Amino acid sequence: MSDPQFYSLNVNGTERQVADAWLGESLLYVLRERLGLLAAKGACEQGECGSCSVTVDGELVCSCLVMAATAVGQPIVTVEGLAEPGVPTDIQQAYVDAGAVQCGFCTPGLIMASHALLESNPDPSELEIREQLSGNICRCTGYGRILDAVQRVAVQRRQAGAL
Amino acid sequence: MTQVTATDSTATTSGRVADRLGDSALRPDGIAKVQGTFAFSGDLSADGVLWGATLRSPHPYARIRSIDITGAWKIDGVTTVITAADVPGKATYGLINSDQPVFASSYVRYVGEAVAAVAADHPETCRRALAAIVVDYEVLDPLTDAEEAIVATAKIHPDGNVFRHQRIIRGDQQLVGEVVVEGTYEMGMQDQAFLGLEAALAMPDPGGAGVELYVATQWLHEDQTQIAACLDLPIDKVRLTLGGVGGAFGAREDISLQVHTCLLALHAGRPVKMAYSRAESFLGHVHRHPAKIWMRHHADRDGTLRRVEARFVLDGGAYASTSPAVLINAITHAQGPYKCENATVEGYAVRTNNLPCGAMRGFGVVQACFAHEGQMDRLAEACGLDPVEIRLKNAMETGDRLITGQPILNVAPVAECITRTAALPLPDEPVGGHDGDPLRLPGGSGLTADRGHIRRGIGWGVSIKNLMYSEGFDDYSTARCRLADGTVALKFATAEVGQGFTTLAPQIARSVLGVAAVVCEPIDTTVGSAGSTSASRQTWMSGGAVLGACNAVGDQLRAHQAEVWGVDVDQVVLEHGWLSATVRGEVRSVSVPDVSQGQMFEATFEHHHAPTEDLDENGQGNCHTAFAFVAHRAVVDVDVELGLVKVVQIATAQDVGRALNPLSVLGQIEGGVAQGVGLAVMEEIIQIDGIVRNASFTDYLLPTMLDMPEVVADLVEIPDPMSPLGAKGVGEPPCISSTPAVLAAIRDATGLDLRRVPVRPGDICL
Repeated sequence: MSDPQFYSLNVNGTERQVADAWLGESLLYVLRERLGLLAAKGACEQGECGSCSVTVDGELVCSCLVMAATAVGQPIVTVEGLAEPGVPTDIQQAYVDAGAVQCGFCTPGLIMASHALLESNPDPSELEIREQLSGNICRCTGYGRILDAVQRVAVQRRQAGAL
Repeated sequence: MTQVTATDSTATTSGRVADRLGDSALRPDGIAKVQGTFAFSGDLSADGVLWGATLRSPHPYARIRSIDITGAWKIDGVTTVITAADVPGKATYGLINSDQPVFASSYVRYVGEAVAAVAADHPETCRRALAAIVVDYEVLDPLTDAEEAIVATAKIHPDGNVFRHQRIIRGDQQLVGEVVVEGTYEMGMQDQAFLGLEAALAMPDPGGAGVELYVATQWLHEDQTQIAACLDLPIDKVRLTLGGVGGAFGAREDISLQVHTCLLALHAGRPVKMAYSRAESFLGHVHRHPAKIWMRHHADRDGTLRRVEARFVLDGGAYASTSPAVLINAITHAQGPYKCENATVEGYAVRTNNLPCGAMRGFGVVQACFAHEGQMDRLAEACGLDPVEIRLKNAMETGDRLITGQPILNVAPVAECITRTAALPLPDEPVGGHDGDPLRLPGGSGLTADRGHIRRGIGWGVSIKNLMYSEGFDDYSTARCRLADGTVALKFATAEVGQGFTTLAPQIARSVLGVAAVVCEPIDTTVGSAGSTSASRQTWMSGGAVLGACNAVGDQLRAHQAEVWGVDVDQVVLEHGWLSATVRGEVRSVSVPDVSQGQMFEATFEHHHAPTEDLDENGQGNCHTAFAFVAHRAVVDVDVELGLVKVVQIATAQDVGRALNPLSVLGQIEGGVAQGVGLAVMEEIIQIDGIVRNASFTDYLLPTMLDMPEVVADLVEIPDPMSPLGAKGVGEPPCISSTPAVLAAIRDATGLDLRRVPVRPGDICL
C-alpha cells in the first residue's frame, strides 16, 4: 500500500501502535488484523448488523463504518476491555444463563450494545430494549432469550442498588 | 405439560457441572462466546498467512472465450493466481450430482460463479489482483424461468435442465371430492443469512503432500471426500478441523470456499485464509428453492380430506447441490400432517441461470407446507369449518400412511399439537399496545401507520417434517467415549453450528455414567463421520452415537468391577455414577470416578437408523426415517392502507419427543420462528434476469428485535420409542408452519387472497 502510516489508538485503556497501515482501513480491520483483538466481528460491513459494535469515546459505533485513523485520541472499548477472561460482566453472565447465546457470532456486538443500553437507561421497558438492540441482528435465537438476559440484569442491578 | 414462554426465566445460574438429560444445561462455550474469545473460523490465522479471494462471474450465462491472468501476476504482493487449469483432480464437486466446477472454464451459469482465485499479502491486494484478471465473455441469454427450463430445447448444461422429475401416484386417480379447492402458491428465494461469513484457513503440508483445513462447515467428512477428489489427494492427506461456526441453517452443507482455499495454500506453499464478504456470501452458498406449487384438494362435504393433486416446480438454479433430495422432501410432504389415501403429485427440480439452491432449514417441506396450509384454509372455508376444526378433523395419527405408502411409525401427536396451541393465550395487548406507543404499530419506527387503518388477524399452520436422511442413505454417526481418572472425554465429528450438541453430549455422558467432569475433544476428521448437522438429525443420530459409546463404557465398567468383586457381571448395577452389587451378602458400592483412577475405559459407537428405501416410479416406498410435528398460530396487525404488517405473536406446540435441554429447545423454537416470520413478510433474494439485486444486509431484510413477535411455546413431550433418547429433532419444524400461519393471519386481517411469500406491502395495499 502506498503511504504507510504510523499512528496509535487508545484501546481498552492501552495505547496501541498501528504500524505500516493503509489509512483507509476501518477500525474493525485494524482491531482484528493489526491489533489482534478478535472479539468484534464483521458480518455485513455496512453498519446493518451490529456485530462489530465497540464504543469510541463512550459512543456505541459500528467499527466497520469508522476509519481507524479518525479514532486517534479517543478511548476505544471492545468486548475484550469489559472484563478479564473468565470473569464475565453481569450482562455477559446473564447472556449465558438465559440461553441468549447460540452460534455466538452476534454476541460480542450485542454485549456491547446491552452495556450501552443499561448504562444510559437502567430501567428500560421491553419496547425500549427491543428498540435499542434493533441495530444488532441475531440469526439464531429469535431474540427471546436476549430480551430475557437484559431484563434479568436490569432487575439484578436495581435490586443490588436497593440493598 | 412443559410450558415455556418468551419470558421464561427458569434457567438458573452457571456453575452447574452436573446437568443431566432433561436439565437446561448451559453452553460450555458460552463464556468464551460472550467474552469474544471463542475462535470462529474467520478469527483463525497463522504465521506467514496469505489472503485468498475469488473472481466471480458478473453474468448469469456466458461462454468464456479466454481468461488472461497476467495482469494479476504483475501486482506486488500477489503470490498465487489459479484457474480451472490448476485443479489437479476432479474438476467438479457437489453433494449429489457433482456438477459444479471448482472454477468455470467453458461456461459460467450464474452470477457469482467462481472463475479464478488469487492469494496475496492483503485483502486490498487481492481485490486489485482480481480486477486485473481479464475474462473475455460471450454473453448469452440466461434461462431464468423454472417452467421454461422444463420445456426449453436449449440445454444450459450437458446434464440437461431438469435435475429430477418424480411423481407420486396413490389410490383412486379418478376421485372427485364433493368439495374441491385449488390454488397456486409461490415462494421467493430465502437466504440462510448466518452471521458468521464463510471463512477458512488452509495449511499446506511440506512439499504439498497434504493439507490441513480449518473451516466452518456442517459436515466435515463430506467436505473431506469432495476436497480430496478435487485435489487428487488421498483422503487421509486432507485433514479437517471445525473452525468456530457462526450459524449454518443449510448454507454450509455444500462446498463453497473449501477447495479454493486448499488449492491456493498448496500452490503458494503457505497458509491461506479466505473470508467472504456479505455480498460474496449471498453468491457463494446455496439458498432455499423458490417454488411454484399448484394444489387441488378433494374432500367430503364434512371436510374429510380424500385426495390431493399437486404439481411442484422448484428452481434449483445453475447447479444441482441437493435439489433432487429437496424435491423428494417437498412432494412426499404434499398432504401435510393429514390423513389422505389418494394422491396425484408431480414434481420438478430444474436448472436455471439463477443462484444455485440447496439446503435450508426445512429442506423442501417449507415449500410444501406453505401450499398445503393455504389449501386447508380454503377447504375450511368451503366446508364451513374454522381453521382449527378442519385440521383436527384430518389430523394424522401413528399408523396412518404418507401418500408414498409409508406408515408413520413415530409418535404423531398432531391433534395434541393443535389443541395445545389453541389453548395458549392470545396476546392481551390491543392494536398498538396498552401504552399506545406508535413504535408498536406496523411499520414501527417509520411511524407511518394510522391506528384507524389497522386490522388484526389470526392464522394457522401445522406441519409434518421428516427427520434424518432419506432414500436409502445411511447417514450414520460415530462417537467415542473415553473414561480415565474420573473424567469423560467425548470425541465426535458432529459440527457444532450453534444448535448446542456440545451442550447435549456431556448431558448424555453424565446421565449414563454419572460423572460430572465431561469434556468434548476437538471436532475433526480423526474420528468417524457424524453425518451432517442438518435434517434435524444430530440429537437423534449423534446423540444415539454418544449414548451407545457411553453405554459401552458403562458395560466395561461393570465387567471390570464384577471381576474385582468376583461376581457375575449381571449382578453389577451402574446407577447415578455408582457401581454396586451384593457381594457375598454384603452390598458393595464404588463410584465411577474412583474405579477409573489410573484406568482407561474406551468405546467407539456408530449409530445407524433403520434403513430406508428408494421411491419407485409411482413415488411409492418407505423413503423417510422418522417424523416430527408442530402447530403454529400467528397473530398479526396489518395497516391495510400502507400494506405494513406487524407480527404480534406466534403460539406453538411442538412435538419434541423428550426435551433433553428445554432451554436449548426453546432457543431452537424461537430462532426457527424468526426465520419463518422473516420468510413470510420480508426475506427474499431478488433476481432480475439472473442478476442479484439485493446482496447486502441493507437490502435483504432480516427480522430485528423490533420485528420479532412474542413467542409462546408449549413442548409436547411424548418420548418416541424409535429414538435412542426418546427425543425428536427440533430445529426445522419451527420455521416450517410459522410462515403459512403468518400468511393466513394476514389473509384473515385483510380478506385478500394472498398466495405468495414474502408478502410485500404492494400485495396488500395496491
